[in-house]
Amino acid sequence: MRSARVFYGLALLFALCVPLLGIYPVFMMRLLCFAMFACAYNLLLGFGGMLSFGHAAFFGSSAYATAWLASAHGWGTAPAMLAGITSSALIGLLVGVIAIRRRGIYFAMITLALSQLIYFVCLEAPFTGGENGLQGVPRGSLFGLLPLKSDVAMYYLVLAAFLAQFAFIRRVVQSPFGQVLKAIRENEFRAVSLGYDINRYRLVAFVLSATLAGLAGSLKALVLGFATLSDVQQATSGEVILMTLLGGTGTLFGPVIGAAIVVTLQEYLSDIVGGWVTVIIGAVFIACVLAFRRGIVGELTAPRRQR
Amino acid sequence: MTEIFGIPVAVILGQLMLGLVNGSFYAMLSLGLAVIFGLMGIVNFAHGAFYALGAFAALLGLQWLGINYWAALVLAPLAVGLIGVVVERLFLRHLYKLDPLYGLLMTFGLALVIEGSLHQFFGASGQSYPVPAALSGAVNLGFMILPIYRAWVIAVSVVVCFSTWFVIERTRLGATLRAATENAPLLQAFGVNVPLLVVATYGGGVALAALAGVLSAPVILVSSQMGNSLVIVVFAVVVIGGMGSILGAVVSGLTLGVVEGFTKVIYPEASNIVVFVIMALVLILRPAGLFGKE
Repeated sequence: MRSARVFYGLALLFALCVPLLGIYPVFMMRLLCFAMFACAYNLLLGFGGMLSFGHAAFFGSSAYATAWLASAHGWGTAPAMLAGITSSALIGLLVGVIAIRRRGIYFAMITLALSQLIYFVCLEAPFTGGENGLQGVPRGSLFGLLPLKSDVAMYYLVLAAFLAQFAFIRRVVQSPFGQVLKAIRENEFRAVSLGYDINRYRLVAFVLSATLAGLAGSLKALVLGFATLSDVQQATSGEVILMTLLGGTGTLFGPVIGAAIVVTLQEYLSDIVGGWVTVIIGAVFIACVLAFRRGIVGELTAPRRQR
Repeated sequence: MTEIFGIPVAVILGQLMLGLVNGSFYAMLSLGLAVIFGLMGIVNFAHGAFYALGAFAALLGLQWLGINYWAALVLAPLAVGLIGVVVERLFLRHLYKLDPLYGLLMTFGLALVIEGSLHQFFGASGQSYPVPAALSGAVNLGFMILPIYRAWVIAVSVVVCFSTWFVIERTRLGATLRAATENAPLLQAFGVNVPLLVVATYGGGVALAALAGVLSAPVILVSSQMGNSLVIVVFAVVVIGGMGSILGAVVSGLTLGVVEGFTKVIYPEASNIVVFVIMALVLILRPAGLFGKE
């Protein structure tokens, strides 16, 4: 436990110093947004045991809503974000109500199909800009006080959101609610026999995960200044699964490491190998499933747990 | 010209015909998925990638080796089926004892590798495959003009789907397959080589996807992404039909193709999503699927 505390302390110190270290802040913000997305996803897969194949729908719809309200309607930063997050929570509720009727692979296929539906809505709806998406989203200023135009100010906002979300997820996982969720994941029938309304727990976990994914999506739209079809695409849903799996499903910090690796790969590898990035990501996927299913953090902490 | 709701009948029939052609591909693909899932418990996410591989095999066979359409109809599924056999032996057989979700994730990665490689080697733009001479042209039926190749696709698909159904439900081999689905260790104890059965099933299911790919090559543009969104529609078809039900896969595949074609006539904007909406409705009303048993 002490080593974990030291590790978290060092990670926090590093995150706070990023603007001083000369690391490109937009890259770090993108990384943090995807880390938040992966953590939100991990709440569902790692602790709820539900593999959604359509989480980009929540990430992307929030990005679209935030971008649309901030650019076309001139909404302030905070209200636009709040509206984006609310929209992904509502879509999460709709998808969740349908999807939790089935388990396992059915659940995965249903979430995939419903997210494809949302993808087509984003492609064809009159206000989403079709193939081009929404460009030139203004960052505005937080509550009209703190202008976010500079990358450094924006970076600290994203970092604060990330820390708050991380603490929140940690709290949820350790709460009685989180314990019941894990119990349902481990043995659904026993949880039923103990009198828990498991579908309600699963739905709450689903909506919570969709909402937090929405937070990541709306921040991403502000950071990069656009919302495009790639935010709602199936490929993005696949990427967030990979991040979670690679870092360690069901570990708190694993998804952050997974996201860091995947985003870094995409950023730097694409210069070297070009279009082969997709193939490499696919190969990493295969390797993860075949060789280390516990992920990096899972493998690192596993022997200690067994002792 | 007669009209229904202000739309010429010929237009409606033409769209329904197109829908039936799409439905034929849905049926063949969901059939393969259902057979693989039934025996192996694996949802083959790479099914769309194998479909694309089938079309590319036909295209490259024609361009590089001069293999004509009729030979490609046999050779391409064989070649892709062999790739499937290799995939099963190398990767999938390690996953049978695990949660089926790992099979889904593994084949998703495989789809990325296959489609990404095709994209790197052959570019993003689609290439066209010529309609074979014997099947080109169209017949005027009086009330509509029927392109011969489309009729051919529907006919082949119906024959293939029916034969597969017949083999699985009515022959001794099919009985063995179904027994393996029920209780593989017991069947193995009776002296049946179950691993061989499994690898043959995966190869066969994948070959079926490749056959659909060859059939579709002359009517669509052959590209690395051609199976990418199709596989999601096929997943929805399988959920609607009821997972593991062969009849359900075929019937709902054909029906949904027609429904999609019809939507294109009356409300084109919804044609891309109609299958998913139907899936949501089916799940609310009958969670096990139309032909599924809970």
